[in-house]
Amino acid sequence: MLRPALCLFAPKPLIARGPSLAPVRTCGGRSLTIPVFEPWNDPEAKPLIQFQNVTKRFGDFTAIDDLTIGIYEKEFFALLGPSGCGKTTMMRMLAGFETPTEGSIYLAGQDMAPVPPNKRATNMMFQSYALFPHLSIWENIAFGLKREKMPKHDINDRVEEMLRLTRLEKFANRKPHQISGGQRQRVALARSLAKHPKLLLLDEPLGALDKKLRQDTQFELMDIQEKTGTTFVIVTHDQEEAMTVASRVAVMDHGKIIQVATPDRIYETPNSVYVADFIGEVNIIDGTATPNGPDSYSVAWKDGQAPLNVQSPADFSEGQTCHLAIRPEKVTINAEKPEGVDNLVQGKILDIAYLGNISTYHVELPSGAVIKAQSANTRRISRRAFTWEDTVWLSWTATAGVLLAE
Amino acid sequence: MKRMSWFNTVSLTLGFAFLYVPMLILVIYSFNASKLVTVWAGFSTKWYGELLQNEAFLNAAWVTIKVAVISSTIATVLGTMAAYVLVRGGRFMGRTLFSGMIYAPLVMPEVITGLSLLLLFIGLGLDRGVMTIVLAHTTFSMCYVSVVVSSRLVTFDRSLEEAALDLGCSPSEAFRLVTLPIIAPAVISGWLLAFTLSLDDLVIASFTSGPAATTLPIKIYSAVRLGVSPEINALSTLMIAVVTIGVITASLVNKRQMVRQKRDERAAERSA
Repeated sequence: MLRPALCLFAPKPLIARGPSLAPVRTCGGRSLTIPVFEPWNDPEAKPLIQFQNVTKRFGDFTAIDDLTIGIYEKEFFALLGPSGCGKTTMMRMLAGFETPTEGSIYLAGQDMAPVPPNKRATNMMFQSYALFPHLSIWENIAFGLKREKMPKHDINDRVEEMLRLTRLEKFANRKPHQISGGQRQRVALARSLAKHPKLLLLDEPLGALDKKLRQDTQFELMDIQEKTGTTFVIVTHDQEEAMTVASRVAVMDHGKIIQVATPDRIYETPNSVYVADFIGEVNIIDGTATPNGPDSYSVAWKDGQAPLNVQSPADFSEGQTCHLAIRPEKVTINAEKPEGVDNLVQGKILDIAYLGNISTYHVELPSGAVIKAQSANTRRISRRAFTWEDTVWLSWTATAGVLLAE
Repeated sequence: MKRMSWFNTVSLTLGFAFLYVPMLILVIYSFNASKLVTVWAGFSTKWYGELLQNEAFLNAAWVTIKVAVISSTIATVLGTMAAYVLVRGGRFMGRTLFSGMIYAPLVMPEVITGLSLLLLFIGLGLDRGVMTIVLAHTTFSMCYVSVVVSSRLVTFDRSLEEAALDLGCSPSEAFRLVTLPIIAPAVISGWLLAFTLSLDDLVIASFTSGPAATTLPIKIYSAVRLGVSPEINALSTLMIAVVTIGVITASLVNKRQMVRQKRDERAAERSA
């Protein structure tokens, strides 16, 4: 059921990302000729980076716990998780500042363990930018090239190219303290890209920018990633940022990767309550499942409520405990009782969060459970049909939610 | 400008008088025409002229400067290395012991340092002269350099060094091209501190100097024991002048730099 939706939204990398890297996907019987960038679905594709059973311990603390994952060339891969989940440690191991306690990391097939940071084909953009304060912007960008003993005019050309790419031509002779935060961020990016790294690591690159600038910069980052074709791995705790920029997102917790998938799959089909809860807002309804067809279940929940109809690819036996995760925007709120819906409950509006473009309604059911419903404010607020304390009907389709075991 | 209250005026005057009247008297008497230090007999600069003729004083001054430059340079190199290892070396065996030991000479009475060095030099059979004073001064001023440099290194953003490594520097290149230029102000102040310490040290120098080499403080001290001469006043005035000019220049340069940096940062934020 999710397939058609995926075809419409998923392949963000449709935007001319190298020719035919991955199989052509067919959609609803119609064959599309647009190549989709999905090397992770291609059994032939070799990952650029391979983590093989990597464990990293600091004393008693296990930062990374037996982790295996492949990251492919030209990917924009996001490591997402709360602080202390091990995402920064993963990145620092890629850069060579930490070594795995167990397991190995391969870059383009080569074991990276004995390679020191200065000999790796990776470059890193630091959270603090780490611009050299005693050097000009030009010298900062040229720093890595000079270490390579590159001929002088080649360095000049490359630095000019990077300055153009990041629109910093005017600031070449300034020192880092003479430019603004957003410009510093771009210098850091230019400096880390100058050496043509196989892999660029970005450690919370936009953390220090304000929200508006951050959003602009996210698109700029994607643009630059597409232009240069470099593989990007970004560490962030900002789920919106990860969803915006990444081709795949890895949600981490306690040194383990909980789920790796495209942003839309992470959002639409989370594999656990943790992921569903971490990404965006979600209603979690606990109940017991009764199969009543292929991938179709009747979920009994709080006493006195009619069982819910759920269609979700999952494997539950009769009477097994399950959690239905359903996003607030997939719950429709109505003043009058709607007809012909799969699931219908009645409740009272407890709270309204008005965000301008959308509103989130917290609706309390007779059983005491609270369900969040979101709707776009397509009409003026004064013409809204319901407000606090009003009785409303909530409805959603059988396919709107995901049934999760844990 | 706000007028100061009488209380503030009085405290300020008394404070500064306490600090500077002795020096002022010394400076005034250095221009005394009389040979008697405490009797004013008119203005003259003849003692400055005589000072320049005094071979012994000039020799001592030369030795002092030589010792100060050499010892503070060695102390700066050693002190910076020690600070770097202690701050960056991670948790190696005996790190706490080492960092405690490097600061011990700060609180050690100079007489003890001097005496123990003297015993060492005698034991080694070293002839006391310029070299032994240099060694002694290096020993005790190194820990001052180490304190100054390590306090800078503690606040140093480590990711700058990591960035240098990431961009292809070997660890020694990273130190030379990134760490050192950034901590240079602290290293220079460490050097200046070591230089001044060496310049005015009397106790340790008197233990470790020999007949072949005498430093200026020793010379002045022994001259004063025979009676204060106007020549000594002239010499002291010159030293005060040198120090004052140095301090004022340093603070002016520093202030101008700060003002420029502030202005640049404001301009950068505005243009953003």
